[in-house]
Amino acid sequence: MTTMLRSAPPAQARKSTGVRGRPLLRTSYHQDLALANTPAKRRSVIGLVIASFVVPFLLTDDLLQVLTLGMISAVGAIGLNLVTGYAGQVSLGHAFFIGVGAYTGAVLGGDPDGAMLGYGLPMWIWLPAAGVVAAVAGLIVGPLAVRLRGLYLAIVTLGLVFLGDHVFREAREITGGPGVGRRGAELELFGIDFSSMEPISGLSRGQAQFFLALVFLIIFAILGRNIARSGVGRAFGAVRDRDVAAAVIGVDLTKYKVMAFAMSSFFAGVTGALYYAVIGVFEPGAFSLLLSIQYLAMVLIGGVATISGSIMGALFIALLPRLSQFIAGFVPDGLISVFQLEAILYGLLIMGFLIFEPRGLFGIWTRIRNYWKGWPFSY
Amino acid sequence: MTTFLQSVLNGFAQGSIYALLALGYVMIYKATHVISFAQPALMVCGGLFAYHATSVFELPFWPALIVAIIAGALLGMLVERLALRPMVGKPVFTLAIITIGVDIVLRIFANRYMGPDPRSVPYPGGSNRLEFWGLSISHQRLGLIVVTAVTVAALAMFFRYAKTGLAMRATALNQETALAQGIRVGTMFALAWAIAGGLAAIAGTFVAATGAGMEQNTWIIALKALPAIIIGGLDSIPGAVIGGLAVGLVESITAVYQPDVAPWLGNNFALVAPYALMFLVLLVKPYGLFGTKEVERV
Repeated sequence: MTTMLRSAPPAQARKSTGVRGRPLLRTSYHQDLALANTPAKRRSVIGLVIASFVVPFLLTDDLLQVLTLGMISAVGAIGLNLVTGYAGQVSLGHAFFIGVGAYTGAVLGGDPDGAMLGYGLPMWIWLPAAGVVAAVAGLIVGPLAVRLRGLYLAIVTLGLVFLGDHVFREAREITGGPGVGRRGAELELFGIDFSSMEPISGLSRGQAQFFLALVFLIIFAILGRNIARSGVGRAFGAVRDRDVAAAVIGVDLTKYKVMAFAMSSFFAGVTGALYYAVIGVFEPGAFSLLLSIQYLAMVLIGGVATISGSIMGALFIALLPRLSQFIAGFVPDGLISVFQLEAILYGLLIMGFLIFEPRGLFGIWTRIRNYWKGWPFSY
Repeated sequence: MTTFLQSVLNGFAQGSIYALLALGYVMIYKATHVISFAQPALMVCGGLFAYHATSVFELPFWPALIVAIIAGALLGMLVERLALRPMVGKPVFTLAIITIGVDIVLRIFANRYMGPDPRSVPYPGGSNRLEFWGLSISHQRLGLIVVTAVTVAALAMFFRYAKTGLAMRATALNQETALAQGIRVGTMFALAWAIAGGLAAIAGTFVAATGAGMEQNTWIIALKALPAIIIGGLDSIPGAVIGGLAVGLVESITAVYQPDVAPWLGNNFALVAPYALMFLVLLVKPYGLFGTKEVERV
């Protein structure tokens, strides 16, 4: 105690996040809750961001697109993690909110002269609008979560996906209907057209879209992390752990459950609009129960109630088709197709992670980190 | 009036399928407090067992149904033993997600077996129809309604009079107390899954016996039993039957009247009408019509 006081006066401690050589020594809540609360974390995050800005110059365009889509899905996975991981409200309805965002983006930012409804608005309008409209849909669903608990809620949100699927199929002037589909919004920001085939100031299309997705991922990851470490995030945790107890200590259940759904839907809406703008053409069948399960898989495989886990999970799921193609090379011909192998991997991975490593990829990372932290005295 | 009665009759037949599946969900929920999302796969596999028995072993319909029930029950027990028993005591949400994984894996195997062609089970009597009071019903649907009624009655008797049935009810009430009374709780879990697998196999066999047969996307209909159990209440056996029939009725009546009465709802609204009904019921009664209200305490 005395040494701590001598070497780390509180005023100084607030400035740096720890005493040199003792990164885990915290002398205030402020330090404990900091975004990067150890020097190692700060350095590695900066290193990782720099590394990811170098990645596009090392990989080919087709692999870059896989990563781009993975990073965009990561935004949606962070959203699902907010409602399911942090606030504990099981939602199988994520596909519906992604669909709402995708169509809002496509209608507002779509080609005004195209076959479907489109207003040709710029990206800085359609992207936030997609998030806001999806969030409003979340606000409408939220009150259901207040009345229902656990598995009842899971089934009701599953019903939402089916009703949404029906609406998307039938609203032909907006969605093009099944089998036809429509084009997503135009990806043009600050006068740069990210979907043009021409090189953009020396960058190929894949590289430009990668940077776009990376910037959005960083923005939303920091946003998600800040929600999680603020009072709102702590209220979510209290609701998840025991809602009656949370209500007793003064957490307004209605407010925070509705808020969780609205925030998660905002992330989903942004993901929907961006993802399908990058993909190009999409049809209403895309927003089925399978999509919800994919996002749930990202959260579970990545790590429940962690932001970095959501990102790892999303990238992992995005790379899964590539992985199964690779594995299929070793499977004898005719035994199983690549597509079926991929689906089986999904199922087995979800089960395997839940049974053997419930904390997901994040848990594996924590274990590796702790091993080296104690090295050479790790046990 | 005849149109209405006919649609009610068809609704009862379709509702019987949902009731059988819903009973399976409720069995598993009561025993383990988990909603099994693996039920669609069990239904598809059950139908394919019956198909295999009739087309490869060349058994008649009724023996094939028995074979399918036994195989379905074994499959249910296998799933419980391999995927769920190691997870006893974990949060129910985790278990529910595991059943989604089971469902995906099982359905891939079923799809590999099925291929692109629909697989149908021949029903004795073929396309004969029974006509009365200006209504008509196919023998296959009549058989389905009768089989469902017999199954539900048998299950009710089992839970009311059999010693094992009593043990299962005790397990559903409180696992630890049941254990203290000398009941093998693990066996009861396996039995619940076996019953659910058998019920799903009956439903699957009759689905495969309709004109369309069992196809790669037939599994979707098993999910319509989910609104049924929510409407009836997750833990109520009569609720599951009533909910299943209600879902079948709503679907069939919507299919007849919605295109004329409310065309703005779009084509094929009947397919999602059960979910709309579920929302309506939940707005009024959050625990379904017959579900037990959860008591909140700190």
